[in-house]
Parts: sequence; C-alpha cells; structure tokens
Amino acid sequence: MASITLNNIVKKYDDGFPAVNNVSLDIADGEFVILVGPSGCGKSTLLRMIVGLEDITSGELQIDGTRMNEAAPKDRNLAMVFQNYALYPHLTVYENIAFPLRLAKSKSGDSTGGANGGSNGGSRGRSLGGAGGGSVDDRVRKAAEMLELTEHLERKPANLSGGQRQRVAMGRAIVRQADAFLFDEPLSNLDAKLRGQMRSEIAQLQRRLGVTSVYVTHDQTEAMTLGDRVAVLKKGELQQVASPRELYEQPVNLFVAGFIGSPSMNFLPATLKASAEGTGGAGGAGGSGGAVLSSPIGDIPISAEKAAVAKGHELLMIGLRPEFFEDAQLVDEAKKGKGAVFTAELSHLEWLGHEQYGYIEFEPDEKVRRLLADLAAEMDADELRPQVVTTLSAESRVRPGQPTDLWVDTSRIHIFDPETGENLTRDAEAGAELTRMAAEEREREIEVAAAKDG
Amino acid sequence: MSVEATRVPAGRAAREPDPTAEELEGQKTARRAKRNTTIGWWVLTVIVAVWCLFPVASILATSFKVPGDLSNGQFLPTTPSTVNYEEILVGDSRQLFLTALWNSIGISVIATAIAVVLATLCAYAIARLDFPGKKVVLTVSLMVSMFPVISLVTPLFNMWRTLGLYDTWPGLIIPYLSLTLPISIWTLTAFFQQIPWELEQAAQVDGATPLQAFRKAIVPLALPGVFTTAIIAFFIAWNDFVYGISLTSTEAARPVPAALAFFTGASQFESPTGAISAAAIIVTIPVVLLVMLFQKQIVAGLTSGAVKG
Repeated sequence: MASITLNNIVKKYDDGFPAVNNVSLDIADGEFVILVGPSGCGKSTLLRMIVGLEDITSGELQIDGTRMNEAAPKDRNLAMVFQNYALYPHLTVYENIAFPLRLAKSKSGDSTGGANGGSNGGSRGRSLGGAGGGSVDDRVRKAAEMLELTEHLERKPANLSGGQRQRVAMGRAIVRQADAFLFDEPLSNLDAKLRGQMRSEIAQLQRRLGVTSVYVTHDQTEAMTLGDRVAVLKKGELQQVASPRELYEQPVNLFVAGFIGSPSMNFLPATLKASAEGTGGAGGAGGSGGAVLSSPIGDIPISAEKAAVAKGHELLMIGLRPEFFEDAQLVDEAKKGKGAVFTAELSHLEWLGHEQYGYIEFEPDEKVRRLLADLAAEMDADELRPQVVTTLSAESRVRPGQPTDLWVDTSRIHIFDPETGENLTRDAEAGAELTRMAAEEREREIEVAAAKDG
Repeated sequence: MSVEATRVPAGRAAREPDPTAEELEGQKTARRAKRNTTIGWWVLTVIVAVWCLFPVASILATSFKVPGDLSNGQFLPTTPSTVNYEEILVGDSRQLFLTALWNSIGISVIATAIAVVLATLCAYAIARLDFPGKKVVLTVSLMVSMFPVISLVTPLFNMWRTLGLYDTWPGLIIPYLSLTLPISIWTLTAFFQQIPWELEQAAQVDGATPLQAFRKAIVPLALPGVFTTAIIAFFIAWNDFVYGISLTSTEAARPVPAALAFFTGASQFESPTGAISAAAIIVTIPVVLLVMLFQKQIVAGLTSGAVKG
C-alpha cells in the first residue's frame, strides 16, 4: 500500500504540445481516485506516467514519499488493468494470472518480498491470506476464487467472454502485492449490463483489499460511483479534485458543472436586474434584496448574497440542474417558498417511468450561442442545444405545447462568470466539508470490509 | 408475451398476420441463393484443385513409367517401375542430381535465414518505430520484387564474372535475397502490425525487464509470423530457375531446377523425361512436407483474443 503524490507534473510531446500541464495531486493510502475528462484531456497519459510507461517531462512523482520519476515500470510495484485487457494470448488463464509471480520468482533475489515486504505484510495479508508465504499456486487459486475464475483456469483468453477476460486482467493485478492499482478505462469494452456489474465488483474488491487505486474513465457514472475523490481534467489541466458530491453540488467552474451530471446542467444567459415589484411569474419568491436575474425563460428572483456576487458582471451564465425544476402543481407549499414559479412552454416530453424529462427551448443571442458552442466543444459533447432540460415528477400531467407553470428551486442556483467560467456562488467551505465526509466514509468502509473478512 | 399469445391466438393472428405468400417466396429465394452459393464454391474449389493438381499427378505418373511407356499417350504407367528414381539416386545421374540437391538445400536455407533475420529487424522497425522514410522502405522493397528477374540476369552475369561470384553459392544467395527479402518484409510488417504491442507494456508493469517483456510476451506471438515468412521465403528460393541456370556453369552451385535441364537419357536418342519427372517429385516433397508440418503455425490465429475481439 502506498500513497502517490504528483507534484506539478508536466508531459510535453516532441511538438511542444502539453498533454498534461502542471498537475498536482495527493492520493492517500487506500484511496480510490478517479481521473475523468473528455477524450484527449490527458487522463490516460497521466496514468501512464504514474505507472512508468511515459516519461515525465517535468515535475515529480512520489510513491510513498520516494521519488519515482526515473524508476522502470517493473521497479514501481504497481499493477495496471488495461483498456483492452492485454492478456497474453499464448498462456492459459492460470498462467496469465501467475505471470507476475513467475517473473518475481525468476529474479534471483526476491525484490518484491524484500523491498516492499514491510508495507505488504500488514493489511493486505489479510485479504490474500498471508500472501507473502503462499506458493504461486496458492495465490493464483485464491485470486481466481475471488474473481470466480476457478473453472476457467485452463482455458485460453481467446475462449473467454469479455467479462471473463476483464476478470483475468483483474486477477493478474490482485495476485501480486502491488502498492497500487491503476485502471485505464477497464470497462469501456464491455456492454452496458456487464459494465454495471463489474463496476460494483471493482468497488467491493478495492474496499476489501484496501489498496490505493487510480482509475481513468470518461464515463461519469463510473467516476461518481467508484471514486472517493474525482479529479476532473480538461486539456491536460486539473480543474477540480473533490468528492463526487462536492463536484456535483459545488463545482468550481462551468466546465466541471457541465461535465458532471446527467442530463447535464442547464446553462442560461442572464443579466442582473433590481426587481421591479411583481416582475415575472415569481410566486412570492424569497428575495429579500429583491434582485432578479433576467433569463430567456423568465425572471428569476435571487437572494441578496447571490445578487452581491453577481454584481458588476454585465452578462452572467446561470446553471440550473434539471432536478431543480418541478411541475408547480406538485410542489409542497412549504417548499414553494424556496423557489419561484414561471410559465414556459415545453417543446417535448420524455416519460421514463420514474421521472420525466421536459424540454424548454429558448433563442439565445449570438454571443451566448458562441459561448455554448465553446463549452460543448470543451466537453467533447455534441452541440449544446439552446434548451433547458427539466426533470419532472413522473406523476406530472403537463403536456408539451401548452403554457405550463414550472417551479424552480432558486436557492441552489449557480451563477458563473461567462468570461472566466468561474463559479461565483461556490461555497468552498461547504464543498470541503462534503469531501471531508467522503474521506471519513472511506475509512469506515475499509474498516467494515476488514471486519467482514475477519 | 407468450402468455398472451396462447390465450388469444385469434387476436394475435389479427394483429400479426401470417407471413404472406410474397414473404414466403422471399425466404425460399434467400435459402436457395445461399445453397447455390455453397454449391458454387464447391464447384470452384474442385476446378481449382484439378487445375493445380493435374500436372502434379501427371508428373507423378510419368516418374513411374519405364522409358518405353513415355510416349504411349497413356496417363498411367503400364508397368509401374522405380527405374527413374534409381537412375537419379543411385544410377548415372546420381552425381548430377545429388550435388544439385545439396546446392539447392544449402543455398535456399542460407538465403532464407539471412532474409528472415534482416526482414524481422526491418519489419520490427517499420511496425514499431516512427521514422521518416518508412513508406519509402516499403515501396522500394515492393518495387524490387516487381522488377522482372530476366532483366537483371545479364548485368548480374557480367558483374559476377568480374567479381568472381559466378558459379558460387554466394553468387546465388545474393540474388535470391532480392527475391525473398521484399516478400519477407511485407509479410512480417503486416504480421507485426497486428501484434498487440501493449502486451509488452503490460509485462513490464507486471515486473518484467524490457528484454523479458519482449521474450515472454512478444516472441511467442511473433514466432508463427516468422515461421510463415521463412517458409514462403524458402519456397521462393527453392523454386527459382532463371538465376539458377544463368549464374552457374558447373555442379559447384547449380540448384536442382537448373540441373534438371542437364539430365540426359540413357542414350542420345532417349529423352530423359522419366528422370526429370522423378527429380521433380523428389524436389516437391520437402515443400509438401513443410506445408503439412507447419500448417498449424501458418494458420494459427494466435493473436486473436489478446485484445477485445
């Protein structure tokens, strides 16, 4: 087990293009960290630099406090699961899993036993049964049992299904006492159903082994469900590192806000106005300061604090998550006061059973259209349509094409500076608290898993 | 769905009408078309097989004929005899044939070995490294293999005479390389490009040194390709006739295909057809054996399953 520290890591290719730019990240012992971002954001490069398959242009990589920049991959004692599994096709499943052990054995001294034995002995021993002492056969069988591969041990990888191959790749990683696991989009080649299953298996396995893990993905569901902390990257630069909850509730900028969450956050252009009495459809609204944001879907009253941060910006970008909206008829009176009611026409509706998506289209001006297009390009998404997605209760009987009263929770509104993308309403304190809670949660889960394994 | 279907068969029929006559006709046509395709392939295969194997069968039959049978116009020998084989293996032509056989084997093996070693290095570089002129190497090697052999022979003849390479083993090995190298480079490049090189990295992460990674993860996958290439290269060298006959003058280096032309009958008026046929059969045997022995390696789809597929 080990902590991994990245200090100002830079990766520049020969053409001078920085694939990874000045990334600093502390990964604690036993932590599960996700690197997420659109394709080409440098997340895989970063992972390959940690494992030693790419050179680090500048900056420092430390594993357990020791500088590892120059160490060969074999000396870093990390295990990696590749996107396409990278199984050895000429070897059976058994030999594939045993491969790292045989290599370690063929090294005259037992460098794994010697150099890392100290850190291995303790906590990991419990999961792989005093692994240091076990023979190759014991350890392979134990790993195979853990991954339900026992009956496939004699087969060749070519005869296995995608999920089984994935498990073999995992087996090769867990069979040795690696200091950390690195995953490079391990589930992207599986179909959706299997992906969900393997996701939960990976999560449980990580907790049982309590091993530091770094996981690269572009799938935000994986990022949100697996990670203790998630590092969001854009064009090689770290945007925000935080627990999934903090990312979702206190995103640091437009990019993170738009990237995390599905359906993604709605962005609307708005200008700050002092409220004229009775503007908009606002039902009572909680604005003591009486400021409103005038947006294409109507005037939205906001609190005095939010108005204060918004002051001085000519154009603002407001962010509203789809679930901030609700059919006004279905909102409790008690809750209604926290938001405002406005009238809009839904262009169409998608009923999913547990909820439904209502779409409101709006006509942005040229500047806003360009902003939205830039944002879409950054997020590697298709064109961001100038529309608002609302998640409504499945019971709602609203119909598209008719003026409908919708309620929006204005207390949770995010306000962004469209020039810098900065989230003006971010509460850093509350965010840090969320991440602190996640860290405590992790400690507890590892303890619980340890207790379960006896 | 199934419950509903059994409960209200009438309703089902109403909603999903039975396949119309037109649809049935369509299905029938499709099935017939498929069957026709299969039959077509079989017919084609048989034609090709007969086309290729008939000459071999004819030579085989001829090789067992006694001299008197040779021009009787029959396919099969009237009295099968091994007289021709005796003639070339223990008889008068023994010297001529066996030295030629030795020359053929030696020259082909050496040319193959050199070609495979050089082509492996070259193909590795082309498949793995990014360097300017990659395309040029491939194009040039293709052009070399396209060049008509006959146009090179005369200049080579003169050069070799001056250099003292005429009628020597190296004098044939070098031109054979010009035949075997291009095809080896092309096959090996194609093969190496399919190897999942990520395995090398996986092995390194698993604790292997770069050399170990190459030896344990890549070599087992590359070997079938190298085998295949070696066999193809060997055939090319083995089958050559033009260089063999033009660049040799004595038994010092003359390979079998060329030597066959120097066989003589028992008398001046007797054609050596029988002996030539017997020699041709003997020369064919190693080729057939090689293909049969290494068929598995040649066809082996070892790389499938390494990555998602």
